[in-house]
Amino acid sequence: MLGIMGGLAGAFVGYKASAQTVAVVGGTVALGDGSAPIPNGKVVIRDGRVVAAGAGVAVPAGARTIDATGKWVTPGIVAGFSRLGLVDVDAVAGTNDTSSDGPFSAALDVSTAINANSAPIAVNRAEGVTRAVVAPSAGKSIFAGQGALIDTGADPQAVTRARLFQYVELGEDGADRAGGSRAAAHVLLRNALREAQQVAGGAVPSRDQSGRTAEDPRQDPVVANPNESRSYEARRNQDVLLTRFDAQALVPVLRGRQILLVHAERAADLRQVIALKREFPAMRLVIAGADEGWTVADELARSGIPVIASALSDLPASFESLAATQSNVGRMRAAGVRVAIGTLNDDDPRMAFRARWYAGNLVGLTRVPGAAGLSWGEALRAITSAPAEVLGLSDIGSLAAGKRGDLVIWNGDPLDNMSAAEAVMIDGVEQPLVTRQTRLRDRYRSLERGILPEAYRR
Amino acid sequence: MNRGLIGTSLAALLVAGCATTGGAPKDEGTRIRVAEDPFPSTYQRYPAAPVLLTNVTVLDGEGGRIDRGQVYLADGKIQAVGQSIAAPAGTTVIDGTGKYVTPGIIDVHSHLGDYPSPGVQAHDDGNEATGPSRPEVWAEHSVWPQDPGFSRALANGGVTALQILPGSANLFGGRSVTLKNVPARTVQGMKFPGAPYGLKMACGENPKRVYGDKGGPATRMGNIAVTRQTWIEAKAYKRKWDAYEAEGGDAPEQDLAMDTLKGVLDGKILVHNHCYRADEMAQMIDLSKEAGYRIGTFHHAVESYKIADLLRREGICSAMWADWYGFKMEAYDAIRENIPFVDRAGACAIVHSDDANGIQRLNQEAAKAMAAGRRAGIPISEEHAWTWLAMNPAKAIGIFDQTGSLKPGKNADVVLWNGNPFSTYTRPERVWIDGALMFDAANPRVRPVSDFELGQPGEGDVK
Repeated sequence: MLGIMGGLAGAFVGYKASAQTVAVVGGTVALGDGSAPIPNGKVVIRDGRVVAAGAGVAVPAGARTIDATGKWVTPGIVAGFSRLGLVDVDAVAGTNDTSSDGPFSAALDVSTAINANSAPIAVNRAEGVTRAVVAPSAGKSIFAGQGALIDTGADPQAVTRARLFQYVELGEDGADRAGGSRAAAHVLLRNALREAQQVAGGAVPSRDQSGRTAEDPRQDPVVANPNESRSYEARRNQDVLLTRFDAQALVPVLRGRQILLVHAERAADLRQVIALKREFPAMRLVIAGADEGWTVADELARSGIPVIASALSDLPASFESLAATQSNVGRMRAAGVRVAIGTLNDDDPRMAFRARWYAGNLVGLTRVPGAAGLSWGEALRAITSAPAEVLGLSDIGSLAAGKRGDLVIWNGDPLDNMSAAEAVMIDGVEQPLVTRQTRLRDRYRSLERGILPEAYRR
Repeated sequence: MNRGLIGTSLAALLVAGCATTGGAPKDEGTRIRVAEDPFPSTYQRYPAAPVLLTNVTVLDGEGGRIDRGQVYLADGKIQAVGQSIAAPAGTTVIDGTGKYVTPGIIDVHSHLGDYPSPGVQAHDDGNEATGPSRPEVWAEHSVWPQDPGFSRALANGGVTALQILPGSANLFGGRSVTLKNVPARTVQGMKFPGAPYGLKMACGENPKRVYGDKGGPATRMGNIAVTRQTWIEAKAYKRKWDAYEAEGGDAPEQDLAMDTLKGVLDGKILVHNHCYRADEMAQMIDLSKEAGYRIGTFHHAVESYKIADLLRREGICSAMWADWYGFKMEAYDAIRENIPFVDRAGACAIVHSDDANGIQRLNQEAAKAMAAGRRAGIPISEEHAWTWLAMNPAKAIGIFDQTGSLKPGKNADVVLWNGNPFSTYTRPERVWIDGALMFDAANPRVRPVSDFELGQPGEGDVK
C-alpha cells in the first residue's frame, strides 16, 4: 500500500506521521453535531485528535496548513450499520464471514473475522467512510453474535472496539430462526437470558410489569406469564439450549455492559422491544431497522431506546414494513427519538458509502409537501455523531475537541451525489484513496493498443 | 426440452380468413399465422388539460438544453419546446422558475410486478427456474399490477416507462414487456402500445449456479453450448415456418418457445442480454453472429468499459449501474467510470436499476456517473447525461419513435423536477404520462395507492 501512496495526487501526499499538528483552513466546516456548516472554518488536529474546529480557531505555530478553500470539511462518515470487512464478494462463500450455521451464536465475535485488506474497506475509505459499525448476520439462531466498530484505515489494525454489541433478530427473521413464530423468538430470548444468568451465578436483575421481584419458583411453579423474568433454577446439565460459550457471551448483555442491538421493523415488534426494556431495565437496548418506527415514535422517544434506521426504506418489502416511508427518520427525529442512519439492506456488505446520499435525500424531503426530512446539519449528524452516540461511542463522530482525528475534505457538499472525498484522515493519519476500482479505471482509461497488452499497464 | 405446451398452443393460432381449422388449407391467403400479439395493450391515455411550463431548464433527453425555456403539452403530445411559446387561451401555465423539465425516465431493466412488494414467496414470479432455456414464458404473465413499487418509481423517480424482464436464472429467461407507469387493473392496461417485445438472455454465473446441480449447464462452456444448441433448433424452426409461408403445405407444429426465438431471428424481438464480463460479452457477440441475430443491449455490463470500442463497433447498448460492485465475482471489476467511459467511446450508455429501490433514484445514479466521469477528465454536460435516462433506453427497448425525448409530436411523458435533477435534494414535483398528470407532490389526491396498500398502516402516506 505504501508504494501506491507515493503516486497519489492529493492534499496529504507524502504525509504519514500522526504526531504532527495539522490545520485545515479556508473550507466550509461542518462539525457533525447537527449544527449548520461554518464558512471559512478551521480544524486543528494534533497527535491524532481534534484540538479545535470552527470559526474562531487559531492555527498553532508550526502546524502544517492545508488550504481547503472552496472545499468542505467534515468528520469522517460513520457507517451506522454495515458488514464491512466481513465480505469481499458476497457470492463467494470463502470471502463471506457474515453469518454462521455452526454450533455457536451469541459467542461469535466479528472482530476475529475482520479483513482489513478487503476491497470494500478501501472503497469505502475512498468515499469518506472512516468508521463502521459491523454487525454479524444471524445464522440458525436469533442471536447473530457480537458486532464491532472498525476504522477503514490502510493498516492491519481495523478493530476500534470489539464486542461493542450483541445482535439479535426479533422480527420476521427472528421468528423464522426460532421455529416460525415471533412468540418463539421471545421465549428463546428470555430463556437465553436465564441461561446467561445461571452461568453468571446470580439473580436476573429485572422485575415483571407488576413490579414484583422474582419469586421462588419452588413455592409456586405455575406462572401466569411464562415470559416473565423470574429466575428458574435449571441446572446447566439439564434443560439448556445454549452452549456454555453462548450463555457466557450473553452475561454482559444481561448486565447492561454490552448493548443489545435488536433488529425489528413492525410497530408491534417495536412495542415488544420497549416492553423488554421495562422488563430488563439493566439492558441497554438499541433498535436496528424500525421501518414502522414513525407510527410509534412517541413511545420510542419515551422509552429512550435509540434507533439505527435505513433512511430511504419506503416499500412494503415485507408484512413487517407495511408502513415504511422515507419520512420515517424525520418523523422519529421530530418526536424526539435518537436516530442514526445505517445501510440495513443489500448494501450493507459493501456500500456503506451510500449513507451520505441517503442523508442528502432526507434533506431533499424537507422540500416535499407533507414529507418529513432532516435539516442539513441533522442529516450529516445522522451519519457521523448520531451512530456514534447511539452506540455509546464518545470519541468519534464529530469535530469536537478531543475526538479522534477522523476528517474528510470534500470537493463539494458531502451530501450531494456530485461530490467526492479528496482527502481522508483517520486518527490524524492521511489515507490512500487508491482502490482496485481506481487502478482498473487508470488501466482502461485508454483502449489504445500498446506494445504490450493491458496486463502490463500499471 | 419442455414442450408440454404444444397441445394447447395450437389453440392460440390465429386463422387468417375463414374457418379452416378442420383441414390444412393449401392455397395462399388462408395460411395459418402465429399470433404475434395475443395479449394486446388496452392502455388508453388519461384525460389531460393543456399545460405550459415556463421559466424552466429543459433537458430534452437527446442532448439538447434550453435555459429559461418553455414546454407545451396538449392532446397527450409534446406540442412545442422553446424559449417562448404562444399557448392557446385556457392553457394552464405553471411557472417553473428554478426547476427542470425532462422527459420521463425510462428504466430498461425492472422486475416490478414480477418480484413485487411484499417480497413473499407467493410473489416470487420472476424466474421460471425449471429449465435452463425457457423462452416460452412471458414476463407480462407474472406482472402484478398492484405492486406498490410502481408508484414509488413514479413519485420519487419520475419513471414513466419501464421494461419488465424475467430474471436471469435461465439462459433464455423469456419475453420482456414494456409498460407505461400508470396504475391499471390489468397488465394489458399498462402495456406500452406498439412497444416491441424483448428476449431476456443471460450468461455467466447465474445460469450455471442455478442449474449446476440440476442437470446443467454447470459451467460457462455449458452455458454457451446450451445457448448455441437452442439457436440451432430455433433456426430449424424458422426454416420450417419460412418454407410454409413461402410454399404452403402442412403447417409446422407451433412451439411457444421457438416462436420467441424466431421472433428474434426475424428481427422483431429485441435481445436484452444479462452479461457482466467483457470476455463473455465478446463471446455472446460471436455467438449472435453465428446464430444470426443482433444483441440490442447488454444488461449490468459492469465490464463494458474494457470493450467500449467493440461495443461501439457492434452498435450494442450497455445498461449499467453507477456504483454497484462486488456482490459476485463477475461484478468484481466494476468501476465508477463505466458509464462515462462507454459513453466517451461513442457506445450507447444507459443507466438501469434492476432494483425496486434503485429505480426511485436513477437520476441520482446518472449524477454519480457524470461526476465520476468529470473527475476522470471527461467533460459531460447535464443535457448529455440525460440521454442515459431517456433517449438511449427508449432506443434500447424500441419506443424512441414515441417517447424518450421532448420533441414535438412525441408522447407527453414529462417530469417537472423541483430543482436540478442531478442533485440529491431534488424530487419530481409533477409527472405527466401522455400529457395526463399522474403525480403531483403538492396534491395527495394525485398520488396512486395500490389495492395492496389500502387499509394498511401508512396507506397513501407520503412515501
